[in-house]
Amino acid sequence: MKFHKTTCFLFLLLFPCILHAQSEGISTESWITQPGIIGTILLVVIVLLVAIFVLVYRFGALLDLAKKKQVRENKTTIRNEILEMDDEEIDLFLQHRKSASNYQLKGTELGGSSTALDERGLVNRVNSDVSNPFFDEKVKSSLSFETPAQLKKVITWYLGTAVFWLMFGTLIGQYLGMKFVWPELDTISWLSFGRLRPVHTNTVFWGWASLAMIGLGYFVVTRTSNTNIFSYKLAWRALILINATLVIGNLLLMAGVNNGGGEYREYIWPVMALFASGLIITFINFYKTVANRKISVIYISNWFILASLVWTIVLSLIAYIPSYQNGLGETIIQGYYMHQGVGMWFMTFTLGLIYYYLPTALNKPIYSYSLGVLAFWTQMLFYTLIGTHHFVFSPLPWWLQTVAIVFSAGMFIPVIAGTTNFLMTMKGSWSYISKSYVLPFFLVGVIFYFVGSTQGSLQAFRFSNYVWHFTDFNVAHSHMTMYGIITFILWACMYSVIPKLTGKEPPQVLVGAHFWLAFIGLFAYMISMMAGGTLKGLSWIEENPFIESVILMKPYWVWRAIGGTFMFVSHILFAYNFHFMIKQKRAVEKPALVPVELIAAKIVHHVQFSQKP
Amino acid sequence: MFNFHKNLKNLILTAFSGFAILSTVIAIVPAYQMQHTEPLPGQPVFSKGIQKGLEVYISEGCVACHTQQVRSIEMDNIWGDRPSLPSDYFYSKQRMDFWRQSPSLLGSERTGPDLTDIGNRQPSMEWHLLHLYNPRLVVYESVMPGYPWLFEEKNVTDVTEDDVVVPIPAELIGFTEMRVVAGKKALRLVDYLLATKQVSLAKGSKAEFIPSKQDKQESKPKNSAESANQELPNGEKLYMQTCAVCHKQDGSGLRGAFPPLAGSDVVNDEDPDFMIRIILQGYDARSEYGQMPSFASQLTDAEIAAIVNHERSSWGNNASSVTADLVKEIREFVNQNL
Repeated sequence: MKFHKTTCFLFLLLFPCILHAQSEGISTESWITQPGIIGTILLVVIVLLVAIFVLVYRFGALLDLAKKKQVRENKTTIRNEILEMDDEEIDLFLQHRKSASNYQLKGTELGGSSTALDERGLVNRVNSDVSNPFFDEKVKSSLSFETPAQLKKVITWYLGTAVFWLMFGTLIGQYLGMKFVWPELDTISWLSFGRLRPVHTNTVFWGWASLAMIGLGYFVVTRTSNTNIFSYKLAWRALILINATLVIGNLLLMAGVNNGGGEYREYIWPVMALFASGLIITFINFYKTVANRKISVIYISNWFILASLVWTIVLSLIAYIPSYQNGLGETIIQGYYMHQGVGMWFMTFTLGLIYYYLPTALNKPIYSYSLGVLAFWTQMLFYTLIGTHHFVFSPLPWWLQTVAIVFSAGMFIPVIAGTTNFLMTMKGSWSYISKSYVLPFFLVGVIFYFVGSTQGSLQAFRFSNYVWHFTDFNVAHSHMTMYGIITFILWACMYSVIPKLTGKEPPQVLVGAHFWLAFIGLFAYMISMMAGGTLKGLSWIEENPFIESVILMKPYWVWRAIGGTFMFVSHILFAYNFHFMIKQKRAVEKPALVPVELIAAKIVHHVQFSQKP
Repeated sequence: MFNFHKNLKNLILTAFSGFAILSTVIAIVPAYQMQHTEPLPGQPVFSKGIQKGLEVYISEGCVACHTQQVRSIEMDNIWGDRPSLPSDYFYSKQRMDFWRQSPSLLGSERTGPDLTDIGNRQPSMEWHLLHLYNPRLVVYESVMPGYPWLFEEKNVTDVTEDDVVVPIPAELIGFTEMRVVAGKKALRLVDYLLATKQVSLAKGSKAEFIPSKQDKQESKPKNSAESANQELPNGEKLYMQTCAVCHKQDGSGLRGAFPPLAGSDVVNDEDPDFMIRIILQGYDARSEYGQMPSFASQLTDAEIAAIVNHERSSWGNNASSVTADLVKEIREFVNQNL
């Protein structure tokens, strides 16, 4: 509670500065000292620091390992010395030792005459080669949950289709990035830039992130309500509807049929109606499940998840109803829609997921439940009002732009509340980072939650907008958020829950490679687009010929394509890891038994073993 | 009272109504009000052909890289004489049909130039066709994709009177027997682009842009010897903005479409009359080149003088410089005789 007050106080302290910065006339003479720009640079530094922090931790763990090896070698030396001792000396020594041990313990207390048997299944894997010099061995996932087979199947399919759309969507993204470097890569109408760009964005939005979120949500909703899902049939229906949206929508986009070019609103209404029905069905399913909960309190995750479904259903309706969308009415709705699509759907749902998966990964409760409630209501209040910040200096009403800018600054409240909550939950468990392959994903996701969101608020200020609007900086921002926050968190959740469902863990080296490739790729992507975007904006302010801003971007576009390649390669590794986690071994096909019978069988098995002499 | 932690219905209803109310206030009501505009005086009505062109523009996803909004800040002044107004979109932002909504023309990225005033800035149909077929034919550094599927390749013998042949220099693509003919969609798209012009408001209404530099007006005069040129704007910059798309940055032009300026007899003529008249009036006397549009309404006397001086002193050209007064004289002469 104390912290909470301090935050508000700090915010109030900062607020006048922000307003002050808004009221001044715009001058580009000192662009580098503008609060928006300085803030952004600071934020980028934060990400770098975190990366260094993780690296140092990893390195420390490696050093530890080397130290242990040293100790072992010392022991070997001592043993060798003993071997070189005289027989008499040894006899004497051994006699002493023998009598001492006889005196204290019989030597059989810790062992037994039977063969070694791990009856409780505590030992996952026996490894005699513990001094692997390159890769740090991570802690294994704890015991798997007893999850109904049907739920496992639902979740696996949601996540599986999500992984497919991630691969497809980012392959397209990579191809588009290459088109900036080689504009004549192809001359096929279906693959042209203007038609493919919305395929990339819509696929990663509605395919990858949405399906992954809903799939992970099924687990959260049932676990935190301590009950079974309301209807498996509905879950399958929504899965089919959403996937159908993607297939039909993308084919139409490539054929040149789109709704009007508004970002994330490119699918025509009959296609988006399929997606909305998928959401409505999912909402009914989740709502009824939570309503049937076996515990009285509604866990905070469910607040976020259910609200994000309601909000997104309302949002899709508002976005597609035609009666106020001619002229600039469409533009107001576009600003509102593209912002809420990210804020009310992806961000809200993902926050709900963090509130469950982060504490369970750390095996401790969330730091502050009330901070979560504060974040929830402020998310609704502030996020909803800031859509027009995508159209600063446009012919839209000035008051609407100002409201958007002021409330963008207000976004600091939910963001700081959320970040504080997550970091304080992690506090005290930092050493886990070097031991777990899930936590680095969470840490990067949470840091980007702070950095990406705050940077977005700074970008809304009139001066930052002056330099950055319309440039590639926007592309950096959207990848910082949709990739840095949403995708990293979804990966964290998937790596933490799938092994518990299937009992199979991915190869740790490949998870590590996935993490670092994605992170380095994103960083290269982000920095090149930010630097290039800033230079482009300054070139426009100087009123240089437009083509100069295209020429100056070329090296940055190359770096973006390189970063994108890293990201795509990491997705291939991720897809392999996913496949590895879910694939069933043919040889040990499970008998067709219901869980109760299986448990009974286990008990019988156990009894038989313990009766053995 | 609400007991959100335990009462699911209250929680969801509150979240729903909170969001619905905020959305109504911030989006639906302002949007409803904003759509009621009237066209500007003198704003031409969209013909069916132009509307079809706009639909091609949307279907090919041009809005992904091209904005159509002149913001109220100084750097956008090069895209239009005044900031955009809601009425500017009176015809272009109507619902397209039952399936598709009003096009999102304002855009969010300017990877390519703003197109608010493209019809005035680049009034040549040949240029647009060449540029759409392959942008790098006319703008070497461009990263825009080509749209060859909007065109047809025809044997020379099959080309009819009605066909619009794209003036591609034969050696550039290696065709001798074939001609590139603009398809219907390409022609409609160019119709739309040529019709996309910023309507100028009544004279006397001064456009107000938020300046980027307070001291811009009082920028120090160049200490060059040519005192006559002191008042003139930067000719090289103007050339890059206005002329370079066709005549190229280095004045080399494009054989078969746009004549070179480097080494040109017209440009190097000691008497600049003819050259200035071409810029003012346009020119279409040589069948091997495309039509040069008139720039009389787009450029001021001082700007034309600056461009002429730049062209007459660059890329090996060496001819006397001209003054804004001379351009003014010629303009008056042209106006009187037409």
